[in-house]
Amino acid sequence: MSTDTSTENPETAPAPSPGAAPAKSSTGHRRLLTRRDRITLGLMAGVPTILHVALVWLTALASIALAFTTWDGIGFDSIHWVGLQNFRQLFTSNPQFWPAVEHNVIWFVVLILLPTPFGLFLAVQLDKKIRFSRVYQTAFFLPVVVSLAVTGFVWQLVYNPDTGLINSLIGANKPGHYIDWIGDPDLNLWAVLVAASWRHAGYMMILYLAGLKGVDPALREASSLDGANEWQTFKNVVFPTLRPTNTVVLVVTIIEALRAFDLVFVFNKGAQGTELLSILVTNNIIGESSRIGYGSAIAVVLLVISLAVIIPYLIATFRKERRA
Amino acid sequence: MHDLSPSGLSLPAPSRRSLLRGIGGAALLGAGIPLLSACGGSGAAADTKTVSLGSNSSDAVPKKAFAEIYAAFTKKSGIKVDVNTKDHNTFQEQINSYLQGTPDDVFTWFAGYRMQFFAAKKLATPIDDVWAKIGGNFPDAMKKLSKGEDGKYYFVPLYTYPWAVFYRKSVFAQHGYKVPTTWDDFVALCKRMQKDGLVPIAFGDKDAWPAMGTFDQINFRTNGYDFHVELMAGKASWTDPKVRKVFDHWSEILPYHQDGAVGRTWQDAAQTLVAKKAGMYLLGTFVGQQFTNKADLDDLDFFAFPEIDPQFGQDTVEAPTDGFMLSKAPKNRDGAVKLLEYLGTPEAEQIYLKADSSVVAASTKADTSSYTALQKKSFEMISSAKSLTQFMDRDSRPDFTSTVMQPALQNFVRNPKNVDSILSSIERQKKTIFASS
Repeated sequence: MSTDTSTENPETAPAPSPGAAPAKSSTGHRRLLTRRDRITLGLMAGVPTILHVALVWLTALASIALAFTTWDGIGFDSIHWVGLQNFRQLFTSNPQFWPAVEHNVIWFVVLILLPTPFGLFLAVQLDKKIRFSRVYQTAFFLPVVVSLAVTGFVWQLVYNPDTGLINSLIGANKPGHYIDWIGDPDLNLWAVLVAASWRHAGYMMILYLAGLKGVDPALREASSLDGANEWQTFKNVVFPTLRPTNTVVLVVTIIEALRAFDLVFVFNKGAQGTELLSILVTNNIIGESSRIGYGSAIAVVLLVISLAVIIPYLIATFRKERRA
Repeated sequence: MHDLSPSGLSLPAPSRRSLLRGIGGAALLGAGIPLLSACGGSGAAADTKTVSLGSNSSDAVPKKAFAEIYAAFTKKSGIKVDVNTKDHNTFQEQINSYLQGTPDDVFTWFAGYRMQFFAAKKLATPIDDVWAKIGGNFPDAMKKLSKGEDGKYYFVPLYTYPWAVFYRKSVFAQHGYKVPTTWDDFVALCKRMQKDGLVPIAFGDKDAWPAMGTFDQINFRTNGYDFHVELMAGKASWTDPKVRKVFDHWSEILPYHQDGAVGRTWQDAAQTLVAKKAGMYLLGTFVGQQFTNKADLDDLDFFAFPEIDPQFGQDTVEAPTDGFMLSKAPKNRDGAVKLLEYLGTPEAEQIYLKADSSVVAASTKADTSSYTALQKKSFEMISSAKSLTQFMDRDSRPDFTSTVMQPALQNFVRNPKNVDSILSSIERQKKTIFASS
C-alpha cells in the first residue's frame, strides 16, 4: 500500500506545472504535431496510464470496497456486505491489531533515530576521501543489496536460542538462564530492529553520500575561510544544503517502516511481540479459507496511515518548492 | 513426508534446508502461481485414456512414491495419469482458486473438516460409487473421516500417522522410568526427570502449530472426543469451564516443558531428544525424520498421551490422514473413479509405504509384515482407536486456527496466568469468524 502512495504522488504533483505554463502555446503545439506523433504520444501516455489505473487505483479501490464485506474467496456470490463490522472487530476484539500499529510506529521511530543519523555519520566520514573509502562503502552497503528474506534468515541463525551465535557466546542456551531472542515479546522486536537498522544504515549512507557529493565545495571553502570548525561547517553549511536528501530519507524511512514485512516474516512470522500490519494482512488473506474482507480492512488501515503521513508532508514540500 | 505436514497452513518454516530450497525455487514459484488454475485445463485431459491429477507432494521421497503408484495403475488399467505437482505450501495456499478454476480430475487433500469445507462449497464430487467397492478395506473410523457433512463420501484416504509422546528407550531404562498411563504418573515422571537433570518435555512452538497438538491431546483426554469435535466446529464455547480445565492441566505440566519454546522450531526441539537431553516429546511420528542415525532411530519409542478422565481413557488418537478427492467437474469421470478405486486398495498403499516409512497405511488390509517397530505400533494404535481426530487446523476452520488459535496458544505458552483473558478473546473472535459464511 505504501508504494501506491509513493507512485501516486509524483504523478499527480507535477501535473499542474506543464498544464499551467505552456497554456498559450498549446495551439501551436497541436499544429506542430503530426498525426503519427499524436498517436505515439497517446500510446506512450495512455498505456502507462491504463496500467497504472488498473494495477494501482482499481486494485486499491477494490480492496477498500472489500474491506466492508466478508468473503472467503470462493465465487463472487459469497461476498456479503457487512458495513463497518470488520473495522469494529479489528479495533475491539483483535488482540494483535493495536500491538501491530504500535510496532509499526516503533519501527519508524527507531529507524529515524538510530540508523539514519548513523548512516549520515558514515557518509560524512566516507566523503572525506579517506583511504579504502570504496571498501567501506561496499561493506556498509552490502546488507542493502542482500534480500531482506536472506537478512532475516541470517539474523535468525544469529539469534537462534539453542545454537545461535549470541546465546552460545554468552552461555545463555542452558535451562535456567535462557534468553529467547526470537520468542520473547519483550526482546524480539528489538532483536529484529537491530537487523533492520543494520541494513537501513547502509541505505541511508548511500543516499547521504550522493547528497554530499552534490554540495558545492566552494561552500565549505567559504566557511573555513570564515573560521568555522568542522562541526560548525557541517551543522550550519553542509546539513542545510542536504534538505532535498532529507526529504527523500524521511519518505524512504516512512515507507520502510510501513512496509516492514519480509524480515519479520522470515524471523518469526510475526509472533507475539513482532506483530506488524503487513503481516496481519498476509495472515488473513493468504490461505485456504481466506478472510479476504477482514484482511482488506487491515490493508485499508495501513493505507490510511500511509496517506495520513505522506500526503501532508509532500504537500508541504511541494508548496515550499513552488514558492522558492 | 513434508517438513510441515502436521499443519498444512503453516508457512515455510525457515529451516536451513527449506529456506535454501525456497530461495532457489522462489522465482519458479512466483511464476507458477498465476498459472495454477490454468494448468489443470491444459493437456489431453479430455480423452478417456488420461486422468489428470493435482498433487502437493513436492518433496522428493513422496513424489517418487506417488509416481510408482500411478505407474502401477497405468499398467493395470491402461489409463494414463497426468500429474501436476505443485509446491506443498503453494498448493495449499492456492487451493481456493485452484478448485474454482479448472482443477485436475483428482487432487491430493486432507481428511476431516478441511475436506468437508470444500465438499460443502460444492467444489468436490461425491464418490459413494468408489466407496461401494473399497469400503471393505477401511475401518469405521476412516469411513467417518472420509464423509462430508451431508453423509456422502468425498475422500479416499491413503496413509496416516499418529501423534504420541516420544521417548528414548535407553534413557527410560537408564533411569528406571516407567511409561505413564495416567495423568498423575505423567506429572510424577516429569518431576523425576527434572530432578535427574533432564528437560522433561521437549517443546518448540516457533511454527505455532505444535502447541495445537498439545491442546488437542489434553482436550480429548479431559473432555472426550465429542466435546473436542464440538469445540473445533465452533459450537462449544471457549469460555466453557471444560476448556478452562484443559488449560489448568496444561499449566500444571507447562513448567516441565523446554524453556523458550516460542523461539524454537520443532526440529531444534527434536534435536534435544536426539541428544538425550530431553526425556519426552509430544509430536507426530515424523519426529523420526530428525533421527538420522539408525541406532538412535531404533532407540526411539512412543506411548499414547496418558489418561486424564477414566471416562474417556485413551480412546482417541490424533491421526492426520492424507488422501485424494474428486474435483467438481472431472473431465474423465470414469477414469478418475477407476483411479480412486485403485488408490483405495491395500496394493496402492503398500507401494507408497515402501518409500516412506514414517507413516502407515490407512487401510486395515494392507500388509504390515514389512513395517518397522514404530510403524507396527502406530498401526495398532490407530486401528484400535475408538475415534480419530485430524489436527486442530484440519478439524476446524483454517482461518480460525491460523489467525486466532496460533497466536493465542503462543501467548498462553508464554503467559499461562493470562488464560482467562486469552480464552475470552478467542471466544469473541471465534464468534465473528464462524458467523461469517
